[in-house]
Order: sequence, then structure tokens, then C-alpha cells
Amino acid sequence: MFSYILRRLAVAVPTLLILVVFSFVLMFAAPGGPFNSERPLPPQIMQNIEARYGLDQPYWKQMVDYVVNVVTRFDFGPSFQYRDRSVNDIIRQGFPVTLTYGLWSALVAVIVGVALGVVAAIRQNSWVDYSAVGISIGAQALPNFVMGPILVLVFTLWLGWLPGGGWRGGQWEYVILPVIALSTSYMASIARITRSSMLEVLNSNFIRTAMAKGLPMRRVILRHALKPALLPVLSYLGPAIVGMITGSVVVDVIFSTGGIGQFFVNSAFNRDYAVIMGITILVGALTIGFNLLVDILYAWIDPKIRY
Amino acid sequence: MLLEIDNLGVTFTTGDGEVNAVNGVSFGIDRQETLAIVGESGSGKSQTAFAAMGLLAKNGRATGSVKYQGKELLGLTPRQLNKIRAEEIAMIFQDPMTSLNPYLRVSDQMAEVLTLHKGLSKKAAVDESVKMLDAVRIPDARNRVNMYPHEFSGGMRQRVMIAMALLCRPNLLIADEPTTALDVTVQAQIMKLLGEIRQEFGTAIILITHDLGIVAEFCDRTLVMYGGQIMEDGPTDGLFAAPAHPYTLGLLSAVPRLDRDDVDLATIAGEPPDMSRLPKGCPFTPRCAFRLEQCPTVRPPLDPFEPGRRRACHAPLEEVRSGAPQGRPPAKPLVEAQP
Repeated sequence: MFSYILRRLAVAVPTLLILVVFSFVLMFAAPGGPFNSERPLPPQIMQNIEARYGLDQPYWKQMVDYVVNVVTRFDFGPSFQYRDRSVNDIIRQGFPVTLTYGLWSALVAVIVGVALGVVAAIRQNSWVDYSAVGISIGAQALPNFVMGPILVLVFTLWLGWLPGGGWRGGQWEYVILPVIALSTSYMASIARITRSSMLEVLNSNFIRTAMAKGLPMRRVILRHALKPALLPVLSYLGPAIVGMITGSVVVDVIFSTGGIGQFFVNSAFNRDYAVIMGITILVGALTIGFNLLVDILYAWIDPKIRY
Repeated sequence: MLLEIDNLGVTFTTGDGEVNAVNGVSFGIDRQETLAIVGESGSGKSQTAFAAMGLLAKNGRATGSVKYQGKELLGLTPRQLNKIRAEEIAMIFQDPMTSLNPYLRVSDQMAEVLTLHKGLSKKAAVDESVKMLDAVRIPDARNRVNMYPHEFSGGMRQRVMIAMALLCRPNLLIADEPTTALDVTVQAQIMKLLGEIRQEFGTAIILITHDLGIVAEFCDRTLVMYGGQIMEDGPTDGLFAAPAHPYTLGLLSAVPRLDRDDVDLATIAGEPPDMSRLPKGCPFTPRCAFRLEQCPTVRPPLDPFEPGRRRACHAPLEEVRSGAPQGRPPAKPLVEAQP
């Protein structure tokens, strides 16, 4: 198991490198650059700027320099857009915000989603089931750019319970609405995955054995059925959690949280190469990390999987 | 009587309408007796047992009466049923590969029976489980109890199932095709083990099977089912020596014989019945060579005809015993017109 984790981490390094190369190639293959504007700059100034950011170097040199800086000094370079801030500053500022509401969202989505799915499966074809399925479909169909404004309308403007935006260092009342807006569609997916896999597990022979042993239904569900029923949820969760903790532009914009999702999209519009690369690598590393975590949890749940 | 089943019916509500899997089955089993329920797939033999244990699928419904030591089991609350299950009546299943929980250690799966029903501590429960694994001849039980089911072979898993079923010393063990998924040598070992358990623990056993060879060796009494009804029952020796129902006759002649290679394997002509559209009369009618006029419409009662033996058939006993209809040609199997 331990050597398996080491092997996986060893594979992660070339994977990230490939990610860097690929992103670089794509960025430079796209026409235009960060300093192109409608009114072209005088050539001399343009040259100076490009020299300052190393854009006059050949592509491969830029790439190598970048990788060397990242690997040796963990330095993602200066932002092309925000002249006074480095990419590290931007990540340091935005990522904790995103991480906070992302992790809360993940927690809420998993707990509510799994509970909803399990209850719906146990009470299959009853009104409980139908309403759980109905809620899931509704929550999944409602995009968060609709959900967000509705939440603000209800909880801020009508009820006045919660602030409609801002962050304030992550005080709880500022976190709640972004978490609800972000988690609902994930929660709905988890509920539906849980329900269908729970139904399948409940039909299996070993559940019948557990019933024949005279175990109370509660114990049959919690001890015998839940673990296998959660396996499909787990595979969904790896990428889903990364999606949540790397944030959502919509959430960042609607609630003005200052999370990293907004920077990512802006950087793509602004051709802010350094920020794009920084966040891409962050997301890549997180994806690899969480997929590894999922695989480890898989092995922990299913004894037939041993690495 | 340890278990007495009276006029048991099992109906499943499906998308295609009602399926009557069991239709008015009545029988009993005494303490320490071994009873075989024989029949082909879909004859309702497993559903009879599931109904008795309250293990029917959600869309299934049982009618009639199942009495354990005089106490009615049908209609019990889950909590009351759970006191009967494992403690009084235990069950083992056809496929040992999938009947144990692959995600839990054998120790956990066995110990929970004892901690729950007998209030033992986890440690005492595991100790007791090891003893029981020893009793079903699992080598190195002390260590193997900590393994997962996939680390056992098929035969060993069925032994684990048996050990698990016996933990609370039930009075009745229902074995639903316990050897069907196993290869032949392992089958013999498992049957031998069940025989020893019966001696050692005095457990009554209901053996559900389609394997007549096993029945002949193992069971005191045999009950033949077809189309969710009992065709014939009685002491195994007598039933095998002189079958009194055309279906039993067909079943016995369909057993392959290794000592004669000059005779072709006999089969029962026709198709098993469609359980959602059973005839009003005897379900075996379309395939029966002894068919009489009233057979499709009048259900023959299950009447005693000799001490300890009952049969449900309109054809005269002597005619069936002689092996062919007398004074009339054998009836051709009726093939239902395909819609």
C-alpha cells in the first residue's frame, strides 16, 4: 500500500510536467498576447515590456525558466495584469477563500446527498422517495447563476438574515450562501448516485443473508449496505471535490467572495499567462491528489482491492 | 410439529400482473427431521422458505399460515421476526460466493449474530465463532476468521455460511440449494457436513434442491413441488421406490444413469408452467401423459393414500405405479399456442 502511494506520487510529477507543457503550447498557439490592445503600443515600449516578462525569449526557454522557477523556488512569477502582484500573492489571497467555501460545500453535499439517497432507496417508490428524487432533479436542473440571485433575494433582501456578498475573512454568515449555491447541484448528483447504488446493493444476496441473521434493518443498512453503496459516490467525489475547492466563477462573482475562480476566468480573458499557469498547476496537483485519496479510500472500503 | 405450514400462498405483483409463485402449500416438519423440497426452477420451493422467514422481495405477499412451535410467523413485526431468525430458524443460500458480505471480515459477520442475539461481548462472540468454524472443519479457524470472504474457496465459504447459521443453535436450518453452485466433490463434503451437524446439534433441516441424488441419501422425507403446489410427499425411500404422481415419475426417470449407456436420458416433454397464467386445475396437466378430462379445470386435492404419504393427482394410483396409462393411449404434451 505504502509503495503504491509512492509510485502514484512518482507518476504525478511527469503528469504535472506534461500538463505544464500542454498548457504552454495551447497558450502560445492562441493568437494575441497579454499586452496587445486596441491601440498598439509603440514598438520600443512593447519590446521593453516583453523583455521585462521574458516574452522575447524563445518559447522553450520561457517554459524551462518557468518550470525551474516553480520547482526550485515555488515561484509562479509576476502577474501580467496586476502589475504589483505576483501569482503567488493572488493564489495566497484567493485560494483560502475558495478552499473554505469549497470544503464546506463538499461536506454539505456529501452529508445531505448521501442521507437523501439512502432514505430514498430504503423507501423506494414511496412519497419520501419521490420527493427526494424530485428535489434532486430540481437542484440539478437549477443552475447556480439562477440559484445565487434567488438566495440573495430571499435571504438578504426579503428576510435580511444573511449578507448578500463579501467575505470578511470567512465569517460564518458570509460563507453560508456561497456554500448553498455551490453545493446544491453536487448534492443532487450524490443523492442520485447513492440512491441507485443503494438500491442495487439492497438487492444483493449478502443483504438477504444479513436479514436472515435477524439483524435490525438499521444495522443492515449502516453496516452491510452503506459501504458498498458508497463506492460509486467515492469515484464521483474525487473530481467533484476538486471542482468545489477550486471554486466557481459564478459564486465568486455573485457573492463577491474574491475566490480564485474569478481570477482564473479573468486571467484567461486577459491572457495573463502566469496566472493561468499557476492556477492550472494548482488544479492539476489537487486533481492528482484527490484521485489518489479516492483510490486509497477505495482500497480501504473494498478488501478485494489491494495494491 | 416444529414448523407447520398451512395453505401458504405467495403472490408477486409485477409489471405484467400477479405472479402466483406458491399456491396453497401445506406441510410440516418435526424436530430433528430432514425434509427435502424437490422441484425444478420456478416451482416455488425457495419462495416457500423465504415466505416462512419473512424474506420475500418487497413486491411479494404471503397468505395462509406458517406456525413455528404453534406461533404464527406471518404478520409478525420485523422486530418479532428478528427474534425468530437465526435463533430459531436459520437459513443458508444457494450461492456462497455472493451470500457473504465481501466488505466485512468473517469475524465481524459471524460475531454480530452472537452480540445481537445472545448479548455476548465482541471477544466472546469471536471465540464462539472460531469454535463453530472448527466444528464445520475449517482448518486454522483461529486465523482464518479474520479474513475476508474472497480469501476462501467456494466450499469453504459455504462452510462459513453453515457455521454462521448454527451460531445460535437454531432448531431448524433451511438450506436453499446449498450445493448447487459447488463442484461435485465439494458438494459431497458439504452434504456430509450437514449430516454430521444434524447428528451433533439435533437440528431439523429443510433441504431445498433439484438434485435427487442428494435427497435420496440425506432426507427422511421428500416433498415434490410443481407450479407452486405440492404434487406428492412421503418418506424418501417409499417415494423413490414407488412414485405415486406422474411428475415424480418423470423426475425420477430423468435422473442420468451412469451404469447404463444404452438408454437415452429421459426428459419430461413440454415446458415449465407460466406462473402468471396457471391452469385452474393441476399445473402439470399440459405435460402429463396420464391426463384426464377434469385435470385442467379441477385441482386434485393432496390426499393421503398410504401411511405418511400424500399425492395430488386424479389418475388412478395403480395406473401411475404401472408407469403408463392403462386401457388408453398416453396423452401427448399440450404445447401452448404462441401468441
